[in-house]
Amino acid sequence: MKSRGMDPVLSTVRLTVREAVHTLSSSEDGGCIFSTLGSLKRYLGETENPALPEEQEEFARIHFSTFLRCLVGKLSPDWLELLPDGQLEELWASFFLEGPADQAFLVLMEAIEGAASPSFRLMKMARLLARFLSAGRMAAVMEGQCRQQTEPAFSLLQETLLSKVVGLPDHLGNRLQRENLAGFFPQNYFPLLGEELLQALHVVVESLRGGLDCSVSFLSQVLGKACVHGRQKELLGVLVPRLTALTQGSCLWQRVCWRLVERVPDRAMEAVLTGLVEAASGPEVLSWLLGNLVMKSKKAQFVMTQKLLFLQYRYTTPVLRSLLGYLAMDSQRRPLLIQALKELLETWGSSSAIRRAPLAQQHYISKAILVCLAHLGEAELQDCRDELLASLMAGVQSHLDSSLPAVRRLGMIVAEVASAQIHPEGPPLRFQYEEDELTRELLALATPQPAADSPSEAGPPVAPVTAETTNEEMVSSGGPQAQPEGSDSELDSDDEFVPYDMSGDTELRSSKAPVYVRDCVEALTTSENWERWEATLRALEGLIFRSPAATQEVSVELAKVLLHLEEKTGVAGFEALRQRALVAVTVTDPVRVAEYLTTQFYALNYSLRQRMDILDVLTLAAQELSRPGRRQKPPQRGPPGPGPQPGSPATPAWQAVVEERIRSKTRRVSKGSAGQGPAADPNKFNSVAGYFFFPLIQLFDRPLVTFDLLGDDQLVLGRLVHTLGALMYLSVNTMVAVPMGKALLEFVWALRFHGDIYVRQGLLSAVSSVLLSVPAERLLADLPDELLEAQSWLADVAQKDPDEDCRTLAIKALLLLEKLRDKLLPPPPP
Amino acid sequence: MPLAPGTSHTSDFAGRSWSEAWTEGRDTPGDCIPPSMVAPPSPPPPPPDPQFVLRGARSAVHALHFCGGAQGQGHPLLLSGSLHGLVHIWSLQTRRVLATLDGHAGKCVTWLQTLPPGPQLLSQGRDLRMHVWDLAEGRNAIVDSVCLESVGFCRGSVLACGPQRWMLAMPGKGGDEVQILEMPSKTSVCSLKPEAEARPGMPMCLQLWQADSSPLPLLLAGYEDGSVALWDVSARKVCSRVACHEEPVMGLDFDSQKARGVSGSAEKALAVWSLDEQRALQVHGTHQLTNPGVADVRIRPDHRLLATAGWDHRIRVFHWRTMKPLAVLAFHSAAVHCLAFATDGLLAAGSGDQRISVWSLYPRM
Repeated sequence: MKSRGMDPVLSTVRLTVREAVHTLSSSEDGGCIFSTLGSLKRYLGETENPALPEEQEEFARIHFSTFLRCLVGKLSPDWLELLPDGQLEELWASFFLEGPADQAFLVLMEAIEGAASPSFRLMKMARLLARFLSAGRMAAVMEGQCRQQTEPAFSLLQETLLSKVVGLPDHLGNRLQRENLAGFFPQNYFPLLGEELLQALHVVVESLRGGLDCSVSFLSQVLGKACVHGRQKELLGVLVPRLTALTQGSCLWQRVCWRLVERVPDRAMEAVLTGLVEAASGPEVLSWLLGNLVMKSKKAQFVMTQKLLFLQYRYTTPVLRSLLGYLAMDSQRRPLLIQALKELLETWGSSSAIRRAPLAQQHYISKAILVCLAHLGEAELQDCRDELLASLMAGVQSHLDSSLPAVRRLGMIVAEVASAQIHPEGPPLRFQYEEDELTRELLALATPQPAADSPSEAGPPVAPVTAETTNEEMVSSGGPQAQPEGSDSELDSDDEFVPYDMSGDTELRSSKAPVYVRDCVEALTTSENWERWEATLRALEGLIFRSPAATQEVSVELAKVLLHLEEKTGVAGFEALRQRALVAVTVTDPVRVAEYLTTQFYALNYSLRQRMDILDVLTLAAQELSRPGRRQKPPQRGPPGPGPQPGSPATPAWQAVVEERIRSKTRRVSKGSAGQGPAADPNKFNSVAGYFFFPLIQLFDRPLVTFDLLGDDQLVLGRLVHTLGALMYLSVNTMVAVPMGKALLEFVWALRFHGDIYVRQGLLSAVSSVLLSVPAERLLADLPDELLEAQSWLADVAQKDPDEDCRTLAIKALLLLEKLRDKLLPPPPP
Repeated sequence: MPLAPGTSHTSDFAGRSWSEAWTEGRDTPGDCIPPSMVAPPSPPPPPPDPQFVLRGARSAVHALHFCGGAQGQGHPLLLSGSLHGLVHIWSLQTRRVLATLDGHAGKCVTWLQTLPPGPQLLSQGRDLRMHVWDLAEGRNAIVDSVCLESVGFCRGSVLACGPQRWMLAMPGKGGDEVQILEMPSKTSVCSLKPEAEARPGMPMCLQLWQADSSPLPLLLAGYEDGSVALWDVSARKVCSRVACHEEPVMGLDFDSQKARGVSGSAEKALAVWSLDEQRALQVHGTHQLTNPGVADVRIRPDHRLLATAGWDHRIRVFHWRTMKPLAVLAFHSAAVHCLAFATDGLLAAGSGDQRISVWSLYPRM
C-alpha cells in the first residue's frame, strides 16, 4: 500500500528536480533561474507553502546532494550577476545553509577539494563554508548523526564525515594556502567545534528527556579524533568548564557525559583522558565527567593507573591530585588506588629506577605516593601493610645510598610521611634535611586537602566569628594599653637617640686561647678544659696565618690532630672551624701536609667523612694557593673569631671615620686610578700542584679492606673525581698541567661507563677542566688520541645519558672542544 | 665653620649616589644638606668611651651612689662601696678620693644611699650592719646603726615620709621576710611575710615608692623564685605578684610616671612589666640579651634611658620607652656589679675589675 502511494510523490519530486537541473544548466535568464530555485526551496520547508513531508524527505534523501553539486557547478561570476544585488547568490547559498547539514557539508568540502587552486569558485566556497560554520550548522551535522540509526552503508559515510569534520583546518589550510580564513585556523576552529559539540549534546539530552533514543557515538568519535590530533587544549578548554557546570546538577547530563567518554574509540582514549585530567579543575569534576569509566574500560584503566603515573611525568601537582582524588572518590575505584600505591612504592624503591630514572620522574612518583597516602585511611593501609612497609624500607635504603642530595632528600621526606601513615603506632621517623620550596611542597601534599566546595560553604560562618573575636580583643586590650601609650607619646621625643654600633656584643667566652701554634696541638689533644679547647679551635686559623714559620715546624702533627679531631661538645660551626684550620695548615706548608693528607686518603681505618674532608681541604687549599695576590689580602671568611681583642672591633669603624675626614679635607688636583690592580705574584700552586694531584689519582683502583672506591664507596669516588677536576682547573698556567691532564684523561677513560650519576658528572667536569687548563697546542701534540676518544664519548653522553645535568655538562665540554679547534685552525680567508 | 658640601667631596666620591644626593640637597632652596646625612645611611657610630675612669677602690666595687652637690658644696660626689668594706667618696671635679669610710669590718658594702636631711649617708654591709654616717662639714662618723637579720645580698630601700622622717625597707629575719623600719627612730613598723603557700624564697631586691595619687607607701620586691611582688605596706598584704623570670631577680627599677618597671635576673632576659590602676602587675614583654646575668638595672631619672649591668662585663643601654637597644659598653674586664645615675644624667658603673667607669650618654637636651 505504502510503496504504491509513494510512487507519485517520488516521481513528482524526481521530475521537478530534473526540470530544475535542466533549467539551471541551459537557461541564461535570471528570472527563470530564480523562480526555479524558489520552487525547489519548497522541499526544504520553511517557506509559506512547504511541500508535503514525504516529498521533503524524498528530496533530502535522494536528490539534495546531486542538486547541490549542480549548483556548485554553475558557480561563476557571470552566472551570479544574472540578477542584480546578489539575489541569486543569496538564494544559492541558502540551499547550503538550510538544507540537510551533513550533505551540504560534504558537498562543500568536496567542492573545495575539487576546485582549482586559486580560483573564484574556491574562494566563494570557502566563504560559504565559513558562513556555514558561523551559522552553527556544524551542530546540525553532528545532531543528525546522533539521531540516525546505524545502517551498514551508513558507517562508511560517517567515517568520511568524521575525517572531514576533524580534518577541516588541515584541508582548508592545504587548499587555501596563504588565503586561508581566520575561522579555519585550528586555534579558532576547535573551540568552535567544542561549542557545537556541546550544542549537539544539548539536543541529545533534550531528546532523551523526550523519550527518544539517541546515540552519542559520533560525538565521541569527533572528540577522540580531535584529541588524537593534539587539540585537547582548544577543544576541552571550551568543553570541560561548561560540562562541569552542566553535570554538577544533573544526573542525566552526567550519564550522557559518561557515555560520551565511554564510546571514545580505544586508540583515542589516552588522548581524551589526558586532556580531561588536565582540564578538570579537581577530583569531583573528573568524577562527574567520567563516572566509573576506569572500571568499565580496560584501556581507560591502563591510562589512568599506569600511563599517567608511571610512564609520563610532565603533569603538574594539581593534575596529579585530581587524578588520584578521582580514584579515591568512589568505593568501587578505591581498590585501584591501593593497587596504584603498591606499584608506586615498588617503583619508588627499586634501586635500578633510582639510578636510571630522571630526577623529575622520581620527584613525580614521590608526589604521587604522598597524594595516595593522604587519601587512604588507616584501615585500608592496614590490609597491605607488610607489603608496603617492605617496599618502603627497601626504597629508603636505596635512596639514602644515592650520591645525589636531591634523591636522598626525596627518600627522607617520603619515608617520614609514609612511615607515619603506614605504621602510625611505631616511633616516628625523623630525618634532618634543609627546608626549601620543594620540601614544603611535598610536605603540603601529605596533608589531605579539604574538598573543593567546602571552603565556600564554610566561609560565611567563619567570617563573623573571627570578626567578633577581633572586636573583643580590641575592646579588652584597648583599655589598659591606651593609658600608658597616650602618656608616653606626649612626653617623649627621643627618636633622635641614635644607637651606637653594637656588633661587638657577642657571646662571652671566659677561657683564653693559646698564643702559640705549638700550644694549640697540646690544647686540642689533651685539654679537659672544653672552653679552652673551643677557644683554641676558634683561634687556630688566625694563629697559623700569623706565624707561618712556627706552623711549619709542627704542620704535619697539627694536620694529624685536626684530621682526627672529633666534635665532643656542641660547638657551633665545628666542621667549618676545623676545615678552615686544616686549610690554613695546608696552605702554610703545602708539600708536607699535602703528602700526609693524600697518603691518609688511601690509608686504612678512616671514615668516609674523614676521607671526604681530606678531599675538600685539598681543594680549598689549592684554591687558596692559586689565588693571585693572596699575600696582600689575608682571607676574611665567615665571622671573625670570638673573644675580640680589645679595640679590634672598633678599628674598622674609626679608620673609616678618619679616612672620611681626611678625604673630605683633601683637595685632589688629579685623580689616578684609585686602587692598583692585584700586584703580580708568583703562583704558589705551581710548584706544589703535583703533590696534591698525583698521589690521589694513583691508587683509586686498589681496594682496601674497609674502603673500596670502585665498589660501594661511590660517593667518595664521586668526590674524588670532582676534586681531581678542581685541582686540574686550578693548575692552569702551571708546568705540570700537561702530565696532569694526560693522567686525568686516562682516569676518565677508565671510569666513563660508571653507573653513578654523581661520578659521571664529576668525570664530565674533569674533562672540561682538562680542556680549560692544558694549553691547546700541547693538547693536540701530546694527547690527540685521548681527545678523539673523549669526543666520541662526550657526544654519546650528550645524547643518551638519562641525567639532564650530565647531558648539559657533556654539551659544555663539547663546546669547549669545538672552541679549541677553532683556535688552532686559522680562520678561513674572507 | 662646617665645610661647604661639594667643594671637595665631589672629586673624591665617584659613586653615583653621592653626587645625586648632593644635587638633590642643593635643589631644596636655602638648605644645605651635608651628603652624609642624605645617602647612603651612615654606619652606626662606634661605641663611646667612658668620660673618665676612677681607679683606686682596690677591690671590686659593689655599691655606687651619686650625691648631688645640693647642699652648697657645689660639686657632686660619687660614693662607692667596695668588697673589702670601704666606702670611698670621690669628687667628680678632681676625680680623686676625698675620703674613705671604714665601718663594715672588712665585709662587702652592698648598698649606699644618702638621706634626705642633710649630708647623711646610709651604708649597708655584709657584716649585718647598716650605718648612718654624718658627712657634714668634713665629718665622717657613724651616727647610728641598725642590725640586719639577713645575710643575703638584698639591698635596702628608703622612702622619705616627712622632713626628718623616712621609711627603710630591708630584708628581715626568716629568710623570706621584708622588714620595714621607721627612721630615725628605728621603730619596726611591720614585717612583710609572704603567705605560706607562696614560697617565693628570699627577697633579692626592694624598692619603696609612693604613688602620686595616694600617700600610701608601696614596696616592690623581687624574689628568689623570679617573681616580682607589689606590697601594700600599710595593709601588709601583697597586691599583686607576677612571675617574671625563671631565675632569682637580681635587680629591679620602677618608673612611677609610666607605671612600668623592669627587672633583671640571672638568666638571659630582661622583663618589662607594668602596673594598672587595680594595682595588678602584668608582664609586658621580655627582652633577650646576648649573655646571661644581670646584676643591676637602673632607669635614668628623666625616664628616658635604661641601663643594665651585666655579668658579661658589659653595660647595656636601652631606650626606656621602646626598649630599643642603644649601646653596649664593653669597657670592664670583669662583671659589672652596680650602676648609678646622677640627676644630671651621668652614669657610673662599678665592676669586679676594681674600676668605676663614668659615662655621659645622650646628654639631656
